[in-house]
Amino acid sequence: MTHPGARFRDPALVAQLADRLRAATPDEPLRLMHVCGTHENAIARNGLRSLLPGAVEVIAGPGCPVCVCPPADIDLAARLALDHGAGVATVGDMMRVPGRVSLTEARTRGGDVRVVDGAAGAVRWAREEPEREVVLFAVGFETTACTTAAAVLAEPPPNLSFLLSHRLIPPALSALLTMDDLRIDGFLMPGHVLTVAGTEDYTPLAVASGRPMVVAGFEPVDVMLGLARLVELAGEGRGEVANAYPRAVRSGGNAKALAMMDRAFQAVDARWRGLGEIPGSGLALQPELSSLDACQRFGVEPDPDLPDSLPGCSCGDVMAGRLDPTECPLFGESCTPEAPRGPCMVSFEGTCRNRYQYREG
Amino acid sequence: MASDARRIELGHGGGGQLTRDLVRQVFARHLSNPALDPLEDAGLLPDPGGRLALTTDGFVVDPPVFPGGDIGSLAIHGTVNDLAVSGARPLGLTLGAILEEGVEWDHVDRIARSAAAAARVAGVSVVSGDTKVVEKGKGDGIYLTTAGVGVLREGYPPEDGPTAGDALLISGPVGDHGAVILALRSGLEPGEGLRSDGAAVTPLVDALFDAGVVPRWMRDPTRSGLAGALCDLAEDRGLSVEADEAAIPVRPAVGSVCEITGVDPLYLACEGRVLAAVPAEHVDRALTAWRTLPAGHDSALLGHLSADGKARVVLRTRFGGARTLLRPAAELLPRIC
Repeated sequence: MTHPGARFRDPALVAQLADRLRAATPDEPLRLMHVCGTHENAIARNGLRSLLPGAVEVIAGPGCPVCVCPPADIDLAARLALDHGAGVATVGDMMRVPGRVSLTEARTRGGDVRVVDGAAGAVRWAREEPEREVVLFAVGFETTACTTAAAVLAEPPPNLSFLLSHRLIPPALSALLTMDDLRIDGFLMPGHVLTVAGTEDYTPLAVASGRPMVVAGFEPVDVMLGLARLVELAGEGRGEVANAYPRAVRSGGNAKALAMMDRAFQAVDARWRGLGEIPGSGLALQPELSSLDACQRFGVEPDPDLPDSLPGCSCGDVMAGRLDPTECPLFGESCTPEAPRGPCMVSFEGTCRNRYQYREG
Repeated sequence: MASDARRIELGHGGGGQLTRDLVRQVFARHLSNPALDPLEDAGLLPDPGGRLALTTDGFVVDPPVFPGGDIGSLAIHGTVNDLAVSGARPLGLTLGAILEEGVEWDHVDRIARSAAAAARVAGVSVVSGDTKVVEKGKGDGIYLTTAGVGVLREGYPPEDGPTAGDALLISGPVGDHGAVILALRSGLEPGEGLRSDGAAVTPLVDALFDAGVVPRWMRDPTRSGLAGALCDLAEDRGLSVEADEAAIPVRPAVGSVCEITGVDPLYLACEGRVLAAVPAEHVDRALTAWRTLPAGHDSALLGHLSADGKARVVLRTRFGGARTLLRPAAELLPRIC
């Protein structure tokens, strides 16, 4: 049986799209940003950067959900495990993100922290051990926030509560676009996030900033198609949203998922590692669901003194597109996947980790 | 859980009658052979007639039973394979079992039976053993430890190790074992076509020598997978590896597990494959020899060694791009989305 994704991995099609991109490349250099760790992974793993002309640079924005999770949130999760005896469930790549202590370190100190396959895994754990408190440390953008919402609304077991560290993409993009020293000519938009959220929120951002935004999928053909379209639009200076991933993304998004998120959550101001506080960029439980809030259940509050970045770490500049990973003095020296200084080196989606792991040959 | 099932007690590790029962009714019964049967403190081996190779290994796999094998067969294969890729013919193994109080007797019996079957197929005897029992909660059911001793083939390892221009061959698809374990640990049901590749690689190694191919370097790419083994080769020998992604065999089922979890198949463990560096002029002879064996049917030429002074592993992707393969940092963890 041919793999259902085979035609999206067709080297001949990728080569055609690379030609189309090259033909559309203007004389002036273009700097394009993606805001999705999975895009970075697809680009690096398939060596796609080496197919781009020298004038087109693709950099990574704040698109890695565990990267942008601030140390204060990781500290909360670690304290719940260590000081309150809660079982903490989270995603795999959250385990080694540095905080005051990482969750891996919390586990070695006796905390019960387990990797689960999303919200459903935490629900399963709580049902299997009804006598103990389980906390889902929920991270991710709209893509995973809707699954947390579904768990919140599905009468979760009474011993399960939620530590929410979800973040929303549009407020972050809006914050980026208003930065003075940001030099970005167009955005490759994350297909997974927009499958849930739709494209409508982005049109005003594209129009106001005069920067094109192209929604792209994650197979090599998808990424090259998205980049080619983005180069075409950026070359013409057109601030509009285009959808190069129509097999998954609709303008209105996934209405059912969005309705669940509205019922479960309200938008709140939230801190981003390296970027600081961004208005309306986080999610909190609706007031009538606050009994499910782990902070309330255990009487803990985030430590206001924990900075949003560790000393010496330039992840904020990397995520804002102001610094290429290789320009960071720590990159590959005192900051490596074995001993990460910052979150961009920790996650498989992290810009620095991907650049390090798949350094182009 | 059947509450009336016979279970391992602490006393089974106490050295008394219970220990004797466990050894005789389980381990000695299944693994029986002339060197083991006297149940003395040490098993006696035949005169080796050559230089010896000695290896040791520990097995803590979770889950202990998986499609294509279990911790018992894995322990035998892992030990035999370390000897085989060192160019040694196995003479004898030891097997130690650390059991957790409360583990079911039948489970232990199954593991011992499986180890015995694997040893028979591999043509090697377990000549000495040991059993210990730890308190409930201080182990994870069953851990195994092994040692293996073998006699080196004459003229191996060759004086000239891996050399620029040598070809790199892999004896079969990569990542099968790692994908099975990853799938089970991720709560995925391994479908048909997804089985551990656990097997003794001795026939594959023998086939090379029988065909007149003297490999300049061999490795069984277990933990950290093909990528880890290639990184070791590059760093330890100061040579670069140029590999071709499209040439590396990966089963579709393994690819699917990797796509769901976000783990790269090149980093997943193999338990029955040989990675070998051979002189370029021996490629056809080596692949022909391997392909006459079922285990070597999908063997492939995946790349070459070069002396560019960078000692790194570069993978040419299917799309004409290139990337550097690096050693994995720590445990492989599924990605968020």
